[in-house]
Amino acid sequence: MPDSGLILDGVVIRRDGRTLVDISDRVAPGEVLTVMGPSGSGKSTLLSYVIGTLDTAFEAKGRVILNGSDITDLVPEQRQVGILFQDELLFPHLSVGENLAFGLRASVKGRAARREKIDAALEDIGLAGFADRDPETLSGGQKARVALMRMLLSGPRALLLDEPFSRLDTERRDQIRTLVFDQARAKGLPVLLVTHDHADADAAGGRLYQLG
Amino acid sequence: MTSRCDTASARARFLPWAPLLTLAIMLGPVVAGVLGTLAPAFGYMPALGGDGITLNAFTMLFDWPGITRASVLSVTTGIAATLLSLLVVALICAAWSGSRAFRIIERMLSPLLSVPHAAAAFGLAFLIAPSGWIARATSPWLTGWDRPPDLLILQDPFGLSLIAGLVAKEVPFLLLMTLAALSQVRMRQARDTALALGYSPVTAWFKTVFPRVYAQIRLPVFAVLAFSMTVVDVSLILGPTTPPTLAVQILKWMNDPDLDMRFLASAAAVWQLVLVIGVLLLWGVGEIAIAWLGHRWVASGTRGGATRTIRAISLTAALLSASAIVFGILGLLVWSFAGFWSFPDLLPSAFTLKTWMRHALNLWPVITETLIIASVSTFVALLLTLACLEAEERHGLRPGTRALWLLYVPLIVPQIAFLTGLQTLAIFTGIDGNRMAVIAVHIIFVLPYVFLSLADPFRAWDVRFGHVARALGAGCDGVLWRVRLPMLLRPILTAAAVGFAVSIGQYLPTLLAGAGRVQTLTTEAVALTSGGDRRVISVYALSQTALALLPFAFALFIPAIVWRNRKGLRHA
Repeated sequence: MPDSGLILDGVVIRRDGRTLVDISDRVAPGEVLTVMGPSGSGKSTLLSYVIGTLDTAFEAKGRVILNGSDITDLVPEQRQVGILFQDELLFPHLSVGENLAFGLRASVKGRAARREKIDAALEDIGLAGFADRDPETLSGGQKARVALMRMLLSGPRALLLDEPFSRLDTERRDQIRTLVFDQARAKGLPVLLVTHDHADADAAGGRLYQLG
Repeated sequence: MTSRCDTASARARFLPWAPLLTLAIMLGPVVAGVLGTLAPAFGYMPALGGDGITLNAFTMLFDWPGITRASVLSVTTGIAATLLSLLVVALICAAWSGSRAFRIIERMLSPLLSVPHAAAAFGLAFLIAPSGWIARATSPWLTGWDRPPDLLILQDPFGLSLIAGLVAKEVPFLLLMTLAALSQVRMRQARDTALALGYSPVTAWFKTVFPRVYAQIRLPVFAVLAFSMTVVDVSLILGPTTPPTLAVQILKWMNDPDLDMRFLASAAAVWQLVLVIGVLLLWGVGEIAIAWLGHRWVASGTRGGATRTIRAISLTAALLSASAIVFGILGLLVWSFAGFWSFPDLLPSAFTLKTWMRHALNLWPVITETLIIASVSTFVALLLTLACLEAEERHGLRPGTRALWLLYVPLIVPQIAFLTGLQTLAIFTGIDGNRMAVIAVHIIFVLPYVFLSLADPFRAWDVRFGHVARALGAGCDGVLWRVRLPMLLRPILTAAAVGFAVSIGQYLPTLLAGAGRVQTLTTEAVALTSGGDRRVISVYALSQTALALLPFAFALFIPAIVWRNRKGLRHA
């Protein structure tokens, strides 16, 4: 399938006449493309463009094509592109289980079926029985795993990672990194990783794209 | 975030219009009211046979013997109350910000702010009256009085007690505005830098922080100035009587059964507006002069000192202004339960429920009316505010500084100047004197406060939560209802409480829009002034205070209960 994967076709993002991002590339399913650059170089801006939340202060052109369909003009919620930020951003007013339920596709119907799915997901990430916990009481590593699982449950077709490991301590970082990349490979998802940490790039093992 | 939303629903199509609609609801009546005041002031009111342009009403106004005194009183009370409040606030921030005492002061702010003006004025009146608590506490051992002295302390001809009452209420308001401004300028850095250069703390604050803070609180200061010049309820309770302040005199003319007096009342309202504009301009000149002097003072490099003296003075001033309200309310409480209470006893000889029981039946319908008006106006204001803020988010309709001015228009244009005209218009269109009219007028004043209270927390919300929610498949509405509003529960309830308290405190708008037929706790309490029965007044003023405080308690406890297991929202 030459069309599968995430294609950035002539994506150019400018602000106040200055070009921040100029990229054309294809990320194959299961592949990781690491985008590196100093802070302020527009790494996160590129991700905003792909998920569809770019601020109108930017001018952007170019197409984003995912598995053969052009998603550039879709609203963010129809793009099926998952994103993880440096902060876990678990919704503080929802329990751990409700956070996962927020992510879980609506096509899984019925209270019991959804609950079962969420319990299984929690077990997958080693947090069985955590459904009713307040997310704020979790450790950093536990939160990161919940955030990852919340995103995976929404059935994304691509993964964007915005320095998601930089807040974790070294030991947890390797663990979470491996978990994320293994999941992406197993599900055949194209991954776009932005980071300024070379260790992330090395662990990702894919191609490197330098910005700025 | 201004990312695209699905725009199919009717609600989504309405949203871009929300800011315009809000402005129309808030400013439409102000503009109409000012016009409705201007026309009869210049003799044009066809319904009363005035169809030419004349200056007769103004001639009548300036022939009235009290005009000079009433005008001077308006100007002096306004300027004195504003200057004093600003001075107390600036000194307390300069001398104490960052200290433990300051945090205690901060915590006392909300309850002090929510006490309605009328209740605070009654409280103060019962403290400083010749037979008030202060005289009782010092008699006869200090003063030698064994009966209340024949002194004109209350309603003194110079308006001093009126100024005191205004300062007690305006200090908490200006302090709150200053705190909000302080959190925006990086105060600590500037002050610490100056400290390291050898400046004393107070001088450091005034030289480095104050200019930037003042730039941020200018509009609230203008609002305080205009309000203090034209206040009616506080002036009825504490202000001079012969002649009263201009605003009170206008109300008297408005209430005159002789409808021809409306020409005079309108001319006086226009004159009041001119006075306010004049004083605002004068204040502007004062700002320039102070800025010039300030630059010279900074350039002089004097390091200052006297930190301890200024600390003591400022704390005393702040405590004095806070205790005027606290002890005032306490006094109301004692009076409302007082049996026989002779001078100079500090407490009544007996406590009784009689006053409360006797007025309970009359109180209920008034409380219900007050609650309905406050709830509906707050609800509408909250809805419009949220719609505006969400429109700002979705459609990038970001208001500039000029829009902030618009928000302050209803707070700066004197109530008496446009409500007079609004009532005149209402009478001849036959829509006056009902609850709806009162609610519509309350919204004008509730809206700015709700907006000012909610805008910062709403805008400070981390938009990445929204981005994550949308990447997970939630639409714009889903983000708003399922994520943003629940996370902002506490600031939303606080804004509602502020709006509620503002509505409850409204005197003139209720009186004029309701044509005296819509009775709230505030109009009833103020109407009791002339009777002078302290026990009954206390019952009404306390009920008014309780009603204004209650929503703040809700705003504190509801989030604490709903989010009891959500540590992440404890300080949101």
